[in-house]
Parts: sequence; C-alpha cells; structure tokens
Amino acid sequence: MDLSEINPVLLVASLMVAATPLLLAAIGELVVEKAGVLNLGVEGMMIVGAISGFAISVETGSPWLGFIAAAIGGAVLSLLFVLLTQVALANQVASGLALTLFGLGFSALLGQGYVGVKPPSMGEIHIPVISDIPVIGPILFQHDPILYLGIALTAAVWATLKYTRVGLILRAVGENHDAAHALGYKVIKIRILAILFGGACAGLGGAYISLIRVPQWTEGMTAGVGWIALALVVFASWKPWRALLGAYLFGGITVLQLNLQAAGVAIPVEYLAMSPYIITILVLVILSADKSSAPASLGRIFHASH
Amino acid sequence: MIVLEKRPQPSKAWSYATPLVAVLATMVCGGILFTLLGKNPIEAIGTIFWEPLFGEFAFYYRPQLLVKGAPLVLIAIGLSLGFKAGIWNIGAEGQYIMGAIFGAGAGLAFYPLDAWYVFPIMVIAGAFGGWLWASIPAFLKVRFGTNEILVSLMLVYVAEQMLASVSLGLLKNPEGFGFPGSRNLQAYDSAHNAELIAGSGMHWGVVTALIAVIFSYILLNRHMLGFHIRLTGEAPRAAKFAGVNPARLILFCLGLSGALAGLAGMFEVSGPSGVVSIDFNVGYGFTAIIVAFLGRLHPVGILLAGGLMALTYIGGEIAQSQLGLPAAAIQVFQGMLLFFLLAFDLLTNYRIRAARSEVA
Repeated sequence: MDLSEINPVLLVASLMVAATPLLLAAIGELVVEKAGVLNLGVEGMMIVGAISGFAISVETGSPWLGFIAAAIGGAVLSLLFVLLTQVALANQVASGLALTLFGLGFSALLGQGYVGVKPPSMGEIHIPVISDIPVIGPILFQHDPILYLGIALTAAVWATLKYTRVGLILRAVGENHDAAHALGYKVIKIRILAILFGGACAGLGGAYISLIRVPQWTEGMTAGVGWIALALVVFASWKPWRALLGAYLFGGITVLQLNLQAAGVAIPVEYLAMSPYIITILVLVILSADKSSAPASLGRIFHASH
Repeated sequence: MIVLEKRPQPSKAWSYATPLVAVLATMVCGGILFTLLGKNPIEAIGTIFWEPLFGEFAFYYRPQLLVKGAPLVLIAIGLSLGFKAGIWNIGAEGQYIMGAIFGAGAGLAFYPLDAWYVFPIMVIAGAFGGWLWASIPAFLKVRFGTNEILVSLMLVYVAEQMLASVSLGLLKNPEGFGFPGSRNLQAYDSAHNAELIAGSGMHWGVVTALIAVIFSYILLNRHMLGFHIRLTGEAPRAAKFAGVNPARLILFCLGLSGALAGLAGMFEVSGPSGVVSIDFNVGYGFTAIIVAFLGRLHPVGILLAGGLMALTYIGGEIAQSQLGLPAAAIQVFQGMLLFFLLAFDLLTNYRIRAARSEVA
C-alpha cells in the first residue's frame, strides 16, 4: 500500500469528471420533480443516452453530434414515460421501473456491435495562461466542454426556478396541480416539457459516461448512477446548487475508492466498490427527516375532469 | 375530440382483459422488432411461445418452465403484497442474492456432514438472509422515513459486491484449483435441492412457490392483515382511521417479500445452479416486478404470469441458438410487456368517449 501515489490534484480533477454524469441526470430529474412528477426511469434514460451518444459519435466521428443524439435518445425514451403517466395516467413508480427495465434491454440490443470500439475523443478546453496555473489550472480549467455545460445548466436551472415566470409556473404545477389548473395553466403540457427536459439531461449524463468518463461501451455500464442521481435530488432538497455539491461529494467518494483500490489498501476491492451505495443510503437516512421541501404534488396523477 | 371519463367503478372485464391485450400488443410490436433485426417475425414468435411447450424437444423444455417459473412466482408473490399497499420493494434481486449466500453458506458450513437436517437449516438461513436484507429498507423507512425504493435498490449493488467477495473468498471451493465459485451443492447430497420426481423439474422451490400462492390468496381474501394491505393501497386515509399500523405493515410486507426472494435464491443455488459464483444471479428479482404487475398483483394471476415469463426466457434461449436472436431482444420484449400493460390499464379505470362540444 502506498497512499503517497495518490495525487491530490489529479484526484480533485477526476472527481469533477466522475461527478458530471450524476450532476446532469440529477439536475434534469430535479426539474421533473419540481413539476410534480416522479420519474424513476433515470437509469434507463441514461443508458439509452449512453449508447445513442456512443453509436452516433463512432459513426460520425463527432462527439458533439454524439451528445446531441444522446439528449434526443434520452428524451425519446422519456416520451414513453409521458405516454404512460400523462396520457394513460398510469402509476408513476411502475412506469419509471418499466422505463428502466426497457432501457437496459434496449441499450444492450443497440450496443451489440459497439463492444470494444473506441469512441472519438472530445478533447479538453485549453485556455492559455489560466489553464497553465499550477494546481488550480488542472483542477478547474483543463476539462471537456460538457463538464462546464453541467455547471452552466445548474446555474440556469437555479436562476430559472428562482427568478423567472416559467420557473414560478413550473413550481406551482408541482406544488398544487389543481390550483395551477384552475389558474389556467396547462398542467399536462408543462409536465410533459419537464419530463422531456429530464430525459435529455439524463441522456447527456449517460453519454458522458460512455464517451468521456470510461470511454467505451459495455452493457449496463451506468451501474446505478441513475438511481444515485435520484437519491441526490432528495439529498439536495430539490435545490440545484445543493445538487452540485452532492454530485461532487459522490464523485469524490467514487474516485477516492478507485484510487484506494489502485493504491492497494488492505480493504478488499469489493468493500470499496460497495461504498458509494452504502454512503448513498446513509445520506438518505440523515436527510429523510425533513421532507418539507418536497413538491407537494410529487408523484400524484393529474386528470382534469372539467 | 376524445376525452377520458373516470369510471365510477374499475371495469372488471377490462381488468381481466388488459394482460391478454398487453401480451398480444407485445407480440405484434415484438414481431416488428424481430423483423427489424432481420428475422422472420412469425417464426421468431412461434419459436418463443410454441417450441418450449409443443416443439420437438418439449420434453426437455417443459420441466425448465417450472425451474424458471418458480423463482419468478415466489419473488413476485412477495412483491405483490407490498405493491398492493404502496410499499415498493424493488431490490428483490439483492434479497435473492443474499438468500443464496446465506443458504449456501449454511449448507457449506456442514460439509461434508451427511444428515437430514442440513437442508432444512439451509432453507431457514436462506429465508433469513433475504428477510435481513429487506428489513434494512423497512427499518430505515419506519424509523427515519427513508425512501424504501432507493434504499432497497442501492442494496442490490451492495449484495452484488458481497456475492463477488464470497465467491472469491469466504465460500470459495478449497478444491477448486483457485477458480472463483463455491463447491457444487449438487454434489453434496444433504444440501442438494434435487428434483422430487426425476425429469419433472419439480424441486422444493416449485412446491414452495405453489404454497406461497395459496397462502397469499388466503391472506388477501380471508385475513384481517390482507384486508389492511388492500385498504392501505386503495384508501390510505381510510386505513389510518381504521387503525392500521403503517409501521407494522411496512415491516411485514418488506420482510416477507425479502424472505420469499431469499428462499428463491437459496433454492436456485442449491438446485439448478449449484454453485455460488459471481454471475450466479440472472435478474429474476427485476423480472419478478413485471410478473407481479402482469399478474395484476393477484396470486393466481401471478402464477400464470410467472409461467408466461418463464416461457419467454426459455423460448428466448431457443430463438437465440436457432435463429441467432440476440439475448437483449428478449429483455426488450419483456420490458415492452410491462409498458403495454400499464398503458392498457387506462381502460380499467377510465372510459374513452367522444366529447360533446359544449361551452363549459
């Protein structure tokens, strides 16, 4: 065992990379839940995004087109959730599970020809001078563009929810859909848009794993990140900046345990590998006491009878 | 303009018809999917649904139906009780794994003792393992209000790591030349969950699954606890006034579904599979969720749905070897089934009508 092999600068830099898929998926789900919809299909949308992004970037050679395809792929899958929960008024928990089960199978089917293929690399942004500052440069200014997109998205969602009319309407729909309906807002339409946004974000998060974080395609490669993202939304009490904080915390745990594995710590690999999941449970336990910040209409079906 | 109108009472006819319509719709869509994959859809669907039952080698596949159906039914029965009450245990896969580890561990602890009581102890240990794993989310929900969906699912990943750990360490076969995996329980008579009638596929797990179906039917229709479960799901406020203790219900539903999933894992590892290995679990815990919904959360329905799902597993394997249909296609097929089921369920609770044009 040699802990000195762990380079703190690289650790923090790779923490941000590990956190980004979580952040993207969690921000999307946060908007969905703010609109009063509980979509448990995040894992399914992520894995479909992962393979659509991977396949398109391999075929076209452009990671950018890949990410666009991933967002579309995630949104298309979430459209199935829309049909089930907003049109057919099905139970949201069951529909979300269906989405995940279907997504895992569908992605495996699509990805058959892509196992072992190497995707084109996106490259890192390099800003002269700033990126070359020791310590801070590699940590903050030498990443791929999608990582910054994740942070920008967090800021945008925060500002939209807090300061704009659109955000206010979205929150109204999530807090009390009957009142929002009575005021003349199109509850179903707003929820559909929120679900599609959540699907696109989850798709981006998935593609980030298959194109940048790993980068390759294997079946079921999201390995529960979508579920951790769902836990993260609870952790964040439905607040975007806390989601960012939480994503970095979980990213940190993941990276740290991988580094400890590599350094050959005396703890068996399996116990290190299960640590992110156990810590998720612990965090959920600590934060479950306060449910006051959850949107009041979360998970309830809306059907306008008049 | 088409509008939905809520039925005053859920339609009985549609509630029976929905699963059948969903299966038909899945066959049509599955056929389209198989065509896109370059296979003859009629042949593929025929292979999946006909071959295992009436094909040339049906004598081999029919027992497999019991072997694959039993764990699905056993797990789904447990899940359905919780689902009815709005308690979502979706970590049955983890409880299945823990049941297998505990059951096999108990058996291997006695190796090579030859005694009648080894197998019953394994059964108890398997049920205990599953119960223990499901009691974690139950306890956390009762004590801290933690979301049981997320906790039970997180524990699946933990259980998978445990499985990797024990098959490389604690339960590794000391005479296995360093290969991962435990001793083969099929070769240890006292611990072997053998077929009760040779060649029938009938093992103790199948018997237990049938008992679970009967037990659950009686519980739901003739017992106060079953009534409370149904009441909590259908009218939570009324249940509160009726004095239903939610904490007890959560501990019972999650605990029982965990114990049944644990039993399923234990019967699998001591019988058809035989060895605790890293990839011993094949996702029964997740497929059982589909089985529970397809069976309309009703014990008899689950029995039929479990049979159908087992059929798609076996038929899928045949289609894989004969037609080169990818394994993932069957997974998609099963996922589709759940989609159509949830979608067509609309007709149970709502009526579709053409709207009259009037000024509101």
